[in-house]
Amino acid sequence: MTSLPASAAPCSCACSCEPSETEMFARLDEVISEYREKPGGLIPALQTAQSVFGYLPETVIRRIAEGFGKTVSEVAGVVTFYSFFTLHPRGKYLVRVCLGTACYVRGGKDVLDAFKKKLQIEVGETTPDRQFSLEVGRCFGACGMAPVVMVNDTVYQRVKPARVGEMVNQIVAGAVVAASEKEHT
Amino acid sequence: MLNVTVNTQKIQVPEGSTILQAARQMGVSIPTLCNLEKREAIGACRVCLVEVEGARILQAACSTPVHEGMVVRTHSAQARAARRQVVEMLLSEHDGNCPTCDRSGDCELRALAEEMGVSQVPFEGMRAKPHIDDSTPALVRDNSKCIKCRRCVTVCSEVQGVGALFPQGRGFQTVIGPAFTRDLAEVACVQCGQCAAVCPVGAIVEKSCIPQVWKAIENPHLHVVVQTAPAIRAALGECFGYEPGTRVTGKMAAALRRLGFDGVFDTNFTADLTILEEGTELLTRLKTALVDKQPVALPMFTSCSPGWINFAEFYFPQFLPNISTCKSPQQMFGAVAKSYYAQKIGRKPEEIVVVSVMPCTAKKFEAQRPEMESHGVRDVDYVLTTRELAKMIKEAGIDFRALPDEPMDAPLGLSSGAADIFANTGGVMEAALRTAYEIVTGRELPVANLHVSAIAGLAGVKEAALTITGTKPEWNFLEGVELKVAVSHGLGNTRRLLEHIKAHGSPYHFIEVMTCPGGCIGGGGQPRFTDDAVRLKRIGAIYSEDESKKMRKSHENPDVQKLYTEFLGKPLGEKSHHLLHTKYAHKAK
Repeated sequence: MTSLPASAAPCSCACSCEPSETEMFARLDEVISEYREKPGGLIPALQTAQSVFGYLPETVIRRIAEGFGKTVSEVAGVVTFYSFFTLHPRGKYLVRVCLGTACYVRGGKDVLDAFKKKLQIEVGETTPDRQFSLEVGRCFGACGMAPVVMVNDTVYQRVKPARVGEMVNQIVAGAVVAASEKEHT
Repeated sequence: MLNVTVNTQKIQVPEGSTILQAARQMGVSIPTLCNLEKREAIGACRVCLVEVEGARILQAACSTPVHEGMVVRTHSAQARAARRQVVEMLLSEHDGNCPTCDRSGDCELRALAEEMGVSQVPFEGMRAKPHIDDSTPALVRDNSKCIKCRRCVTVCSEVQGVGALFPQGRGFQTVIGPAFTRDLAEVACVQCGQCAAVCPVGAIVEKSCIPQVWKAIENPHLHVVVQTAPAIRAALGECFGYEPGTRVTGKMAAALRRLGFDGVFDTNFTADLTILEEGTELLTRLKTALVDKQPVALPMFTSCSPGWINFAEFYFPQFLPNISTCKSPQQMFGAVAKSYYAQKIGRKPEEIVVVSVMPCTAKKFEAQRPEMESHGVRDVDYVLTTRELAKMIKEAGIDFRALPDEPMDAPLGLSSGAADIFANTGGVMEAALRTAYEIVTGRELPVANLHVSAIAGLAGVKEAALTITGTKPEWNFLEGVELKVAVSHGLGNTRRLLEHIKAHGSPYHFIEVMTCPGGCIGGGGQPRFTDDAVRLKRIGAIYSEDESKKMRKSHENPDVQKLYTEFLGKPLGEKSHHLLHTKYAHKAK
């Protein structure tokens, strides 16, 4: 999903529409009580929270900080340290271009530039139609296939800058599972 | 014990010691810009690299534990070259406008570069995008000077239990600051300034009032009076080369007179006044509880320390009714100067300017609280830290060490020894006990040399109990009561005490809280660098100042007595209520 639904009323139908804010916060409280006592539980709690909300808004970070007995500055510090976490809503498709060492030397930077040009956005930004967000990855553990690009959970290997335009068209046409579809299953 | 060789010397050190501790034990100095006494090694600055025999690479002395038979070379050519390169790299990112920096006089990075003989910076590093946060009245943050050592983070979260600061972001883009790159005024920062006290460079400093104070002094239409907090006299000398713990009360008064203040007065005077108001308030609360059997907020907490007030307003609103309604001595002084003193000298309150010299940055915030005024006239106009006063003295070309000892002016300059000890952790409580016990029993507090030793010193939370016997008739409801008191300093200790009280209730009647470790002598506005050795020396100086006086109890102060007979009436009276008392409110985090 790309943004918080305006309505706070719980979804009572059995359809596949997005969960309401109330439902998401109820899930968040479950996540907090599941992880709060576990050593190193903050990171998995943040990961789960991000998958529920699509990003980590300030209200969620505050709730997690309170639940974990940590300061907001510390939790925000952890969130901003890891490139996986985002404070802003992301697009339907999150494009992460790896710039780890192997990908970098095999042209990851050129691939990134091609995405910037095609999508007309900078790293960390989302297209105005909320379709694509662009991020830099720091190694996905697939160095043998460098340069690697991940779009949501789909890995693209040995990406050539010239292929980026075609890739984007394929993604829009359904080659990748969209974020909102994945989270609700 | 472990056998270690540092350079050519062999020594034995306790297991678990770090190389840095071992070296210090034998008087070898290894530079560090991030290490903090009694705190786990931060290991961020990398300035303490040393050579360890058998190790593949240089080791950070602060975070490497020694092992049996370890051979360390602290100042080998390789270690010196590496440390120098670390400093050069820090300098390459650092906004090094030293001549215009507040810290040019006591910057640890500048001193280290000089010590290492760094004459040029061979790297052209990227510089952080400058952002100046001057959102609070107390502090200014400049991230282009920050070297990301994280001392402020450690002190804010571990020592003060506040946690307003944390590294945000990653790598070169890291900013040490509040969440979501907010400014300090937008978060639950108590403005105690302990961050500014430990910062090795000029990245966090107090917001200066020096220009405004000069302007007021130089305005012939204004009558500018100055008050100095008890803690200044035990620390100001450090800015002029005196050993920590040197008392400079007389020279300080002489310097203030030469700076051009029209009245050289003492916050100590209103510390004595505070004891009368706050002591009466405590006895009144006890009477309400014990005689009238009415619900009343006990234990009562002291209210002198503005960082503590902020802390309670942010984090422990349930205890706000327990905090004494007394304004702090700083604010009482302003209120008295602009009413009683103004009348005495025939000046309008608005023609009087009150300047405070405080060991504290939160006092700058306190002076600006909207309620700290009477009839639209601010109680206190400008607050200088101890460090700022030293700068003014230097700027005025005053040879501080050559000054004679001079007294404070009347009528707001006379004080008891009980007022002096407001500077130390446990001091406000001891001062209150000296007076309250004597009011209730007619006899002197029955402890050696008037010191309640159980609540003195640097333990984090201290307590004492005192059984009251032989009461005067009007206080006989206190006969046989065991008065229980507690003292905490450092907000981390205070948080633990309050959490304990929340969970288990309080056996105490009265609790003293001081924001900073050691009390005001360790305040965020004091000369750098304050460690426990310095704290103890300043504490000792304050106790000897107290003991040097004949008058050691607040209620004996004749000028305070005169203030009541001529002007205020009685403690907690109508005028006191209006001028000397205040209220608190819950602040959202």
